Amino acid sequence: MHNSSVATANIEAHDNPALLHHFATAEQQKDAANLGMWLFLVTEVMFFGGMFCAYLVYRYKYFGDFGSASQQLSIKLGAINTGVLICSSLTVVLAVRAAQLGKRTVLVFWLLATIVLGLVFLGIKADEYAEKFEKHHVPGPSFHYHELLPGQAGLPSTDRRYANPSHAEMYFSLYFAMTGMHALHMIIGVGLFSFLTYFAWRGKYSPDYYTPIENAGLYWHFVDIVWIYLFPLLYLIDRHR
Amino acid sequence: MSDHNSSSEHISSIGSSVAIWLALLVGTALTVGAAYVDLGPFNVVVALAIASIKATLVVLFFMHVKYTHEKLTKMVIATAIFFFLILLVLSMADYGTRLWT
Amino acid sequence: MATAVIETGERETYLNREYGIKSWLLTVDHKRIALLYLIGVTFFFFVGGFFALLVRLELLTPAGDLVQADTYNKLFTMHGQVMVFFFLIPVIPAVLGNFLIPIMIGAKDLAFPRINLLSWYLYVIGGCLMAYTILAGGVDTGWTFYTPLSTEFLKTNVITAALAVFVSGFSSIFTGLNFIVTIHRMRAPGMTWNRLPLFVWAHYATSIIQVLGTPVVAIAIVLVALERLFHLGIFNPALGGDPLLFQHLFWFYSHPAVYIMILPGMGIVSEIVCCFSRKRVFGYQAMAMAVLGIAVVGFLVWAHHMFVAGISLYAALIFSLLSYFVAVPSAIKVFNWTATMYKGSITYQTPMIYAFGFIGLFTIGGLTGLFLACLGVDVHVTDTYFVVAHFHYIMVGGTIMAYMGGMHFWWPKISGKLYPEFWGKLSAMIVFIGFNLTFFPQFILGYMGMPRRYWDYSKAPEYQILNVLSTAGASVLAVGYLMPMIYFLWSMRYGKPAPDNPWNAAGLEWMIPSPPSTFNFDEQPVVTWEAYNYDEIKGEVPVAQ
Repeated sequence: MHNSSVATANIEAHDNPALLHHFATAEQQKDAANLGMWLFLVTEVMFFGGMFCAYLVYRYKYFGDFGSASQQLSIKLGAINTGVLICSSLTVVLAVRAAQLGKRTVLVFWLLATIVLGLVFLGIKADEYAEKFEKHHVPGPSFHYHELLPGQAGLPSTDRRYANPSHAEMYFSLYFAMTGMHALHMIIGVGLFSFLTYFAWRGKYSPDYYTPIENAGLYWHFVDIVWIYLFPLLYLIDRHR
Repeated sequence: MSDHNSSSEHISSIGSSVAIWLALLVGTALTVGAAYVDLGPFNVVVALAIASIKATLVVLFFMHVKYTHEKLTKMVIATAIFFFLILLVLSMADYGTRLWT
Repeated sequence: MATAVIETGERETYLNREYGIKSWLLTVDHKRIALLYLIGVTFFFFVGGFFALLVRLELLTPAGDLVQADTYNKLFTMHGQVMVFFFLIPVIPAVLGNFLIPIMIGAKDLAFPRINLLSWYLYVIGGCLMAYTILAGGVDTGWTFYTPLSTEFLKTNVITAALAVFVSGFSSIFTGLNFIVTIHRMRAPGMTWNRLPLFVWAHYATSIIQVLGTPVVAIAIVLVALERLFHLGIFNPALGGDPLLFQHLFWFYSHPAVYIMILPGMGIVSEIVCCFSRKRVFGYQAMAMAVLGIAVVGFLVWAHHMFVAGISLYAALIFSLLSYFVAVPSAIKVFNWTATMYKGSITYQTPMIYAFGFIGLFTIGGLTGLFLACLGVDVHVTDTYFVVAHFHYIMVGGTIMAYMGGMHFWWPKISGKLYPEFWGKLSAMIVFIGFNLTFFPQFILGYMGMPRRYWDYSKAPEYQILNVLSTAGASVLAVGYLMPMIYFLWSMRYGKPAPDNPWNAAGLEWMIPSPPSTFNFDEQPVVTWEAYNYDEIKGEVPVAQ
C-alpha cells in the first residue's frame, strides 16, 4: 500500500518569495486565489440578490407608488454616477494591464485614478442622500411624502391621485438599503485599492505576481455591475409620464 | 513551466478596453433615452436588457472571462445567476399568484 | 516512512510541533484549527443542551409551572439558535472536514489557511455575541426570527442575536469557499474526481450550499435589524410590508441549511459503511451525483415551511411537488449503503453502530418529511410536535449520530490514541435508545395535536404521559453523550497508542502516522488506485481494542 512518491522539487519557491508553502507552483496559487475571489463574488450576488428580490416583490405590488417615488431622484446625478463607475472600471482594467507589463508608476497612477473616481461617486451619492434628508424622504419618524402618481400632473386638480405615502416609504427603504449597501461596498473597495496603491508604490507587484490587483479588480467590477442594475431599476421607473 | 511570467494570461489591449468603455457609456445613454419613451410594460424589459448587455460586457472583457482557459469560472458565474434567478422566480411564483382564484 | 524528529527524539506531530497558547491561537494548520472548532462546538452543544433540558423539564407537567411563558419562549429560541448556528451547521465540516479534507486529497493544507483561521475567529466572535445575548436575557422570537414579532413587538435582544448569526454565517461562508477551492485546486497527482472519498464529495456539495445560501439569510437578518432600528416597514403590514417576504428570504437559506447539516454526515456514513463491510461502495457515481442533487434540489423547496403562512395555493402546490423530488437522491443513498453492506463482511465496531443508527433514523426522519410535504397532512400537523420530531430525527438521529460515528472512526488518527471499544459500543446503544425514547413519542404527540412552542398544555392533560417519556428519554440521551466526552478525554492520557491504520481502512488519511505530522505527507502522494479499494487491502478490521 505504499505509493511511489514524487518528491516535489519546488524550485519555484526559491525564485518566487510570494509562493506560499502549501502550494506546489505559483500557478496553482494564482488559480486558487482567482477561484476564491470568484466564489466570494457569488456570495455577493446572493447577498445583493436578496435585496433585489425584496425590490422586485414590492415594485410588482406597488408599481404606481414606486414610479412616483422614483421620480424624486435625479436622473442627471444617477447617470453621471453610472458614467463615473464605468470610467473607474476602465481605470481598473488599465491598472491590471500595467501590472501585467511591470510598469510600476503607470500601475500606481491607474490605481489612484480608480480611487479618485470611487470617491467622486461616493461624493455624489452623499449629495443625493442629503437632498433626500432635506425633503423628508428618509424612512423613519420624520418621513413625509405628498406627491402625485406618475402621469397625474396633466389632470384637473380634483381628479389627481396621490401616491400612497407608506408605499413610497417602502421604495425609499429599499433605495437606502440597496444604495447604502452598494456604497458600503464602494467604501471597502476604495480602502482595498488604497492598500494596493501603497504596496504597488513599494514595488510589491510584478508580471509574476499581480494576483491581488487582479482579484481586487474583479471585486471592483462586480460593484460596478451591481450599480449597472440599480440605476435603471431605481431611477428610471415610468419616466415617460 | 517557465518561471518568468508563467501565466498565459491575456493582457488587454488599450484599444479594446476603450472600445468596451465607450460601449458601456453608449448603453447608459440608451437606457436613459429609452426611459422617456412609452413602451408600456416593455420599459422595464428594455432597461434590464440593456443593463444585462452592459454587465455581460464587463464580465467577458473587463473581468477577462472571455480570455480565460478556466471553464470553471464560467460554471461558477452560471451557477450564481441560476440560483439568483431561482430566488426571484420562485418567490414571484407566490406573489404573482396570490390574487388568483 | 522517514519522519521528522523533534528535540526529545519523539516523532514530530501537529500536536507536539509547538507548544503554548499563541501557537494554537495563531495557528494556520488545518488540523489545529479543527481542534479549536471542536472545543467551540462542544461548548455550544452543552449550552444548547442546557436549554433543551429546561424545556423538557417544563413539559413534564401540563401546567406552565417551572418558568413563565416569556421565559419558555426564550428557552426554545436559544436552544434552536445555539444548536443550529453554533453546533449543527459548523460541527462536521469545521471539525472533521477541516481535519481530513486536505489529507484525503493528498494536500498539505487547505487552499487558504489564514482564511481558515479567520473563519474560526468569526465563529468565536459570533459565539461571544450569542453568549452576550443569552446573558443579557435572551431572545424569544423562535429560532426563525419571524417578523413582525421580531421587528415590531419584542423588547428583547433581537439585534445582538441577529448579529451573532450574521457573523457566524460568514464563518460558514468562508469555510465553504475554502473547501471548494481546495477540492478543485489542491488534489494530489492521480487524485481524480472519481477517486475522491465520498466524504470529500459530501463536503463539496455542502460547501456549494454554504456559499450560495448563507448570504441570503445574512441580508434577511440585516433587514430585520434595520427595520428594528429605523422602523423601515419592509416586513410590517401596517406600512404595506409583507411578513412573508422575510420568511421567503429566511427559508431560502434555512432549508438548504438543513442539507448543510446532513450532507457531511452522509459523507461520514459512506466512509464507515465501506470500511466495516470491507467493500467498495455500491454505485460510487450515483452516490457522488446524489449529494450534488440534494444540494441543488434543496434550493428549490423552501416554501414548504410556509404552507400555512399565507402563500398562494398555487405556490404551495409547486413547492410541495418539488419537495417530493428532493427525497429521491436521499433515498438513492440509503439504498446504496444497504447494497454496499449486502454480501459484505460486516463487523460491529462503535462507528458502524452509529452508522446503522444513522441509516435507520435518517430514513424515518426523511420519510416523515415526505408526510409533511403533502399539503393535506401538513395542514394538520404543521407547528405541532410532529414537525419537531421530524427534524430531530434528522438532525439528532442523523447528523449527531454520524458525527459521533465519525469522531470514533477518526479519533485514533486525530489523537493518536485508541478509545475504549466497550464503552464506545455501550454509549452508542444508550444514545440510540435514549434518542428514540425522546423523540418517537413526539411524533404521536404531534399527530394528536400538541402544538410546538407552547409552555402550558393543561387544557390537554392526556399529552402528559408521552411528554414524560420524552423527558426521560432526554436524560438517557444526555448520559449517552456525556460518556464519549469522558472516555475520549481519558484516552488522550491513558489510551493505547494508535497505529497508522487501526481499522485497516482505505484512504490517504490511513497511510500517514497517527497523529499526522504538521504537513501531513513527507512527500506528495501520487494516487494510482480507486477509492474504497478494499479488494486490495489485506486483512479484516481488527477486533475490539
